[in-house]
Amino acid sequence: MNTPLPRRAAIGLLLLALPGAAVAQEDAVAAAIREQVGDTPATEGGITLRAPPVAENGGQVPVTVLVESPQTAEAHVTAIHVFATRNPTPGVASFRLTPLMARAEVQTRIRLAEDQRIIAVATMSDGTVRRTAAELRVTTGGCLS
Amino acid sequence: MTLATPRIRVPRSARVGEAVEIRALMEHPMETGLRQDGGRTAPRDMLQRLTVSVNGALAFQAEFRNGTSANPYHVFFLKLDRTSELVFTWTDEQGRSARAQARVTVG
Repeated sequence: MNTPLPRRAAIGLLLLALPGAAVAQEDAVAAAIREQVGDTPATEGGITLRAPPVAENGGQVPVTVLVESPQTAEAHVTAIHVFATRNPTPGVASFRLTPLMARAEVQTRIRLAEDQRIIAVATMSDGTVRRTAAELRVTTGGCLS
Repeated sequence: MTLATPRIRVPRSARVGEAVEIRALMEHPMETGLRQDGGRTAPRDMLQRLTVSVNGALAFQAEFRNGTSANPYHVFFLKLDRTSELVFTWTDEQGRSARAQARVTVG
């Protein structure tokens, strides 16, 4: 049986724990991105993430990622990776694209546990990396219920 | 346990080089192993990937992680230069798979 902590000490612990957890979550997201694209710095632009600003059901949130690319043998998107920054685990999906696709666009449905930022990262056939993000709100979380 | 029968929507015909919209839906719980169900943790049961080939060549692949919804649904666009045989294969983490096939007449 634990002795209850004095209230002030409990609040102090909470204040200490919160930033720590947020930092750990950011680390997990950064590690998940690094695992997919390595340390290549990403540029903004040429990549669009479309999603409703507010999703009713966090279990089924429609998301579209579109990358500007002719999708030819010479110049194409090779992969699109999607990450959720405040889910229990950040990985959503990785898509491998080829010049057999008419355009570098994928529509999917994702789970969101709570309001959060979604990150989409694309790797191009020339080795460059593009990145974009969108803030999404959910009415009902969709991961643990 | 076998996987469900996938549902795909593929046009029967297309013009050379036009963007052909492909829709693919697979019924699957996509249990992450993190969810509590009546006081117990629901065991992990996840699809691992979807591959789509055109005349035997890989055209598109999706690799699923925890953030993909139950009943994964995907839309993407192919360009076809000739009449093509499309094969869709979903594989789960146990190695079980389900397959769907479609032919698009191009001309």
